Amino acid sequence: MRIAIASGKGGTGKTTLAVNLALRASETDHVVLADLDVEEPNSGIFIQGKLLSEEQKFRPVPVWQKEACTLCGKCKEVCHYNAILILGNEILVLPELCHSCHACSELCPAGALPMRNTPLGWLRSYKSGHLDFVESRLDIGVEMASPLIRQTLEYLDRNFSEADYQFLDCPPGTSCSVITATKEADFIILVTEPTPFGLYDLSLAVETMQHLAKPMAVVVNRYGIGNDEVFRYCEKQQIPVWAKLPNRRQIAELYSNGEILYTRIPDFRAGINDILKQLKTQSAQP
Amino acid sequence: MKEIVIISGKGGTGKTSVAAALACIAEKTVLADCDVDAADLHLILKPEILAREDFYSGCKAEIDPGKCTSCGQCEQVCRFSAIAHEGGFYHVKALACEGCGYCYHACPAGAISLPEQKVGECYVSKTRLGSKLVHAKLGIGADNSGKLVAKVKKEAKQYAEKEKQDFILVDGSPGIGCPVISSLSGADFVLLVTEPTLTGLSDLKRVWELAKKFRIPGGCIINKADLNPQLVNVIKEFLRDENLLHLTELPYDEDFHHAITLGQSLVEHAAAKWRAQFQNIWHNIKEVTL
Repeated sequence: MRIAIASGKGGTGKTTLAVNLALRASETDHVVLADLDVEEPNSGIFIQGKLLSEEQKFRPVPVWQKEACTLCGKCKEVCHYNAILILGNEILVLPELCHSCHACSELCPAGALPMRNTPLGWLRSYKSGHLDFVESRLDIGVEMASPLIRQTLEYLDRNFSEADYQFLDCPPGTSCSVITATKEADFIILVTEPTPFGLYDLSLAVETMQHLAKPMAVVVNRYGIGNDEVFRYCEKQQIPVWAKLPNRRQIAELYSNGEILYTRIPDFRAGINDILKQLKTQSAQP
Repeated sequence: MKEIVIISGKGGTGKTSVAAALACIAEKTVLADCDVDAADLHLILKPEILAREDFYSGCKAEIDPGKCTSCGQCEQVCRFSAIAHEGGFYHVKALACEGCGYCYHACPAGAISLPEQKVGECYVSKTRLGSKLVHAKLGIGADNSGKLVAKVKKEAKQYAEKEKQDFILVDGSPGIGCPVISSLSGADFVLLVTEPTLTGLSDLKRVWELAKKFRIPGGCIINKADLNPQLVNVIKEFLRDENLLHLTELPYDEDFHHAITLGQSLVEHAAAKWRAQFQNIWHNIKEVTL
């Protein structure tokens, strides 16, 4: 079962939840955790794993071959991203605008734009106790996160299709990288905090997941701050609230040092156990 | 006119709380919310929308079932797995389609069209403080956030010029991808908001490595500073090494949540406690940028 942990707002506790759920579940089940927040991957700070393998990830972009080019202009005509410029008798490819669709390359009558790989980032695979952990890290300056997220999910398909649980630590927001990270998930857990910011961003995330027709549940982190509007919202939307995780300074301090919480904070552990119980019921359903 | 961009790498460090507090202090300033896929500044500033504009960018493929001969060419050329074949018919999965148009060129029956997409809305508003706010709402799953950020910044700049304002204060998005890159382009000062957590520090380093490429001067606010004094020292060392201005330290304080819940900025919520500190921050930013 593939479970995506997402949220509209950043900093609500996606990584905290993903790491603690995955480690707790790995005590009894075969579990893999993947950090898909490739722009700012942080799960690895909490998981002291042994590095098993690493591979550089790429995506293809066209490279202009001057000798072959007839300057017919077909490439520029077919590119919808303005990634190809014709300057006099030179063709300039702007890789940061290219989506790797191959149209210019394959429609070029002269074969003057072969696709070559450009680096995206690194995928690393770790083992920590019984837990498998996969982290993808985007190179700084690369604009598009989605291709690296897509390749990480393919890596999970190839290597961990037998796992009982695949937990995905997703990026914040509701844009394309979130869709890429969540669209193949079987279930979505949305993490929020009970403030107007948390609620508004949760409502955007719910709208997005409804669009993808995903089953989902909400976990309210920092329970006790703000107000109870988030609970009224969930009730109205008929989205179950699976847990309320406590708000305490001690938790923030442990988090700041990259500590695991469920082994130290009894009421946090209880929340994690509740969520896993719900997931077990969910995975038993056809 | 100077443009100040607030970013953090990590989400939830307090970007919007800082932006809202500075909005109450900064004079002759246009505000721009560039966290276009989860914009929150309007929840505090309660703007009255003066102008609204649909934002079109890119397109998505559509297959006309009347013309489609089910040859499958479109499915073969699509690199985004956006063409589905169900019940004998081909159709486009809108959320997967990136609008490259390859299928349009490949289709021998001329069955594919590429209508332009409305991917969001852009607003110019008047906040309850009287200042102008340019903000936007990105459509679900849209992959044009960088372009919408550029649009918001362009609108803000036009207003600032027209109304002879001195500053544009930009609330940015988390991460280091396209919307952040877009918000940094053309900025005059980067205001980093971080927290003394290992995750906050890791993200600060990555976002600054990105911002550095733009050769823009920067300063940093260390929020929740009393959570971890040891890490505050590590951050301060980083700021010194990177020639970043250490603007201030803010405490881990429930006022942040209280203020948000009441729809107020910190300086409105408890002026005696916060106003002087934010005035000081703004004063320092003005000194460096002007």
